[in-house]
Amino acid sequence: MAGKEKIRARAAALTSQFEAAGAVSVETSMLLPAEALLDLYGEDIRGRAYVTSDALRGEQMLRPDFTVPVVQMHMSDGAEPARYTYAGEVFRRQEEDQSRPNEYFQVGYEVFDRNNPAASDAEVFAVMQDALKGVELRAATGDIGILAAAVAGLETTERRKQALARHIWRPRKFKALLDRYSGKSEVPPSRAALLAADDPMLHDFPDIGLRSQAEVAARIEGLRAEAVAEPISALQVELIEALLVVRETLPNALEHIRDLAVDMPAITEATFRLRDRMHALEARGVDVESLEFEASYGRTSMEYYDGFVFGFYVPGRADLPPVATGGRYDALTRVLGQGREIPAVGGVIRPGILVELEDAA
Amino acid sequence: MTIKLGVPSKGRLMEKTFDWFGARGVGLSRTGSDREYAGAVKGVDGVELVLLSAGEIPRELAAGRIHLGVTGTDLVREKLGQWEQQVQEKAELGFGHADLIIAVPGCWVDVDTLEDLDAASAAFRREHGFRLRIATKYHRLVREFLQDNGVADYQLVDSQGATEGTIKNLTAEGVADITSTGDTLRANHLKILSDALVLKSQATLFKSRKAEMDDEERATMKRLLSILGLGD
Repeated sequence: MAGKEKIRARAAALTSQFEAAGAVSVETSMLLPAEALLDLYGEDIRGRAYVTSDALRGEQMLRPDFTVPVVQMHMSDGAEPARYTYAGEVFRRQEEDQSRPNEYFQVGYEVFDRNNPAASDAEVFAVMQDALKGVELRAATGDIGILAAAVAGLETTERRKQALARHIWRPRKFKALLDRYSGKSEVPPSRAALLAADDPMLHDFPDIGLRSQAEVAARIEGLRAEAVAEPISALQVELIEALLVVRETLPNALEHIRDLAVDMPAITEATFRLRDRMHALEARGVDVESLEFEASYGRTSMEYYDGFVFGFYVPGRADLPPVATGGRYDALTRVLGQGREIPAVGGVIRPGILVELEDAA
Repeated sequence: MTIKLGVPSKGRLMEKTFDWFGARGVGLSRTGSDREYAGAVKGVDGVELVLLSAGEIPRELAAGRIHLGVTGTDLVREKLGQWEQQVQEKAELGFGHADLIIAVPGCWVDVDTLEDLDAASAAFRREHGFRLRIATKYHRLVREFLQDNGVADYQLVDSQGATEGTIKNLTAEGVADITSTGDTLRANHLKILSDALVLKSQATLFKSRKAEMDDEERATMKRLLSILGLGD
């Protein structure tokens, strides 16, 4: 492991490079109010971030990443369009693997721009790739937006589509829901019994807690509607499954997904975006002919990416985390913007791993 | 030097532990006044009894400050990351049985499984503007369990005691707690989810993998384990 001074110097060099690409350097707090992060990421963030507290400000988290504070800063007083860079430590709780650092540097580049999202996607990717050009890395790309569009286009109830969209980032649960909605798996016996009862609301318990009996009744109504809804057709399930396994070079993947779009017209817009991005990447000098595209890429990482996603990996070193990752997070700005929103895309490099690779070269 | 054996310092857990060792020829007892946490060991030389709160025993084992300790599997798994690398299970003692479960108000007739809990959580968040709260002191175990089972839109709130009461007090919507008979849950108008057994726990004798031993201590450890019928 390289020394901190060396990593800091490498981080500073990356920051200058990002500044040269047009970004303004910004600083954020290291202690962040836990509430905003918890609301956004849910309980899982507690497993990843260090939590502390005081009597005045309540729960605080040691910065687990820069995205949230940078977005908050931009939403409160940023001009548009904006490009930011930052460098500093992030802190991640480690409970399973002692060899993983719980404190490391990140250097980021974020673009907030309403015009031409394809160009912004390509810009962030190309700026990252350029900053990493001294070391041999494998790039992976994906697009959560295509899967989201496919879900939104299913011929089924809104309730089902919402449930599937909510679990895009939990592949196992997503699969279980798809099996349920397509009639491949049985309804649990307790639910069948509930719906068969003369009066399902009848029980011997007092009404306690904040969740009211009206909410219970509303859910039972939903379950009734679910029970009589037509199953999602086998063809539609096959199409989703075919989409999920697409994994080839970007031009081939685009062809393949266009073919799927013939039977899944809902993803047509998303394939246009994929095509536009490919051209924008090409215009930036990225070798798209050999660029990998994986339709499922990014599904198990952070929940906030909702469009283009990418990562740079060390070939043959599955033990190392990615050297850089990034993606588009439009929905996150909507959540943090309290009524305002702006399309945003960004990425981070871990200079610690970069230094290690450069030293070994 | 001596082998240090950590035992819960009070209550039924202490008494049952003393009985278990006594039945195998190792006499454990408290010495001095009722308030003094000191103990004596008979039947084997070179073993020192350390009376501790059951909740502190996992940490003491991981730090290597005690060589052996009796505590619940639940506490070891909650408090120690990679617990298998820090301690070794030597024997399940057959008492202190308790299940870590998730329970919700009985009046939620629509919720019986984790799938129901997930769907109810999503609707609850839309309705109330915050995530459904589950009160527990077993944060790590419960979080990992719910994550593995695809439950989202919940939050854990800390409760170190009287957890079942949090729902009535409107500080939580559900609980994740240890139960042996389910009586307390029933008395508080709660029901256990049918597929949410997070962990089955019982009092267990653990050996520290971190405590250092010299030759003499190693010999004592071997002798003690063989008396207990646990050969190495």
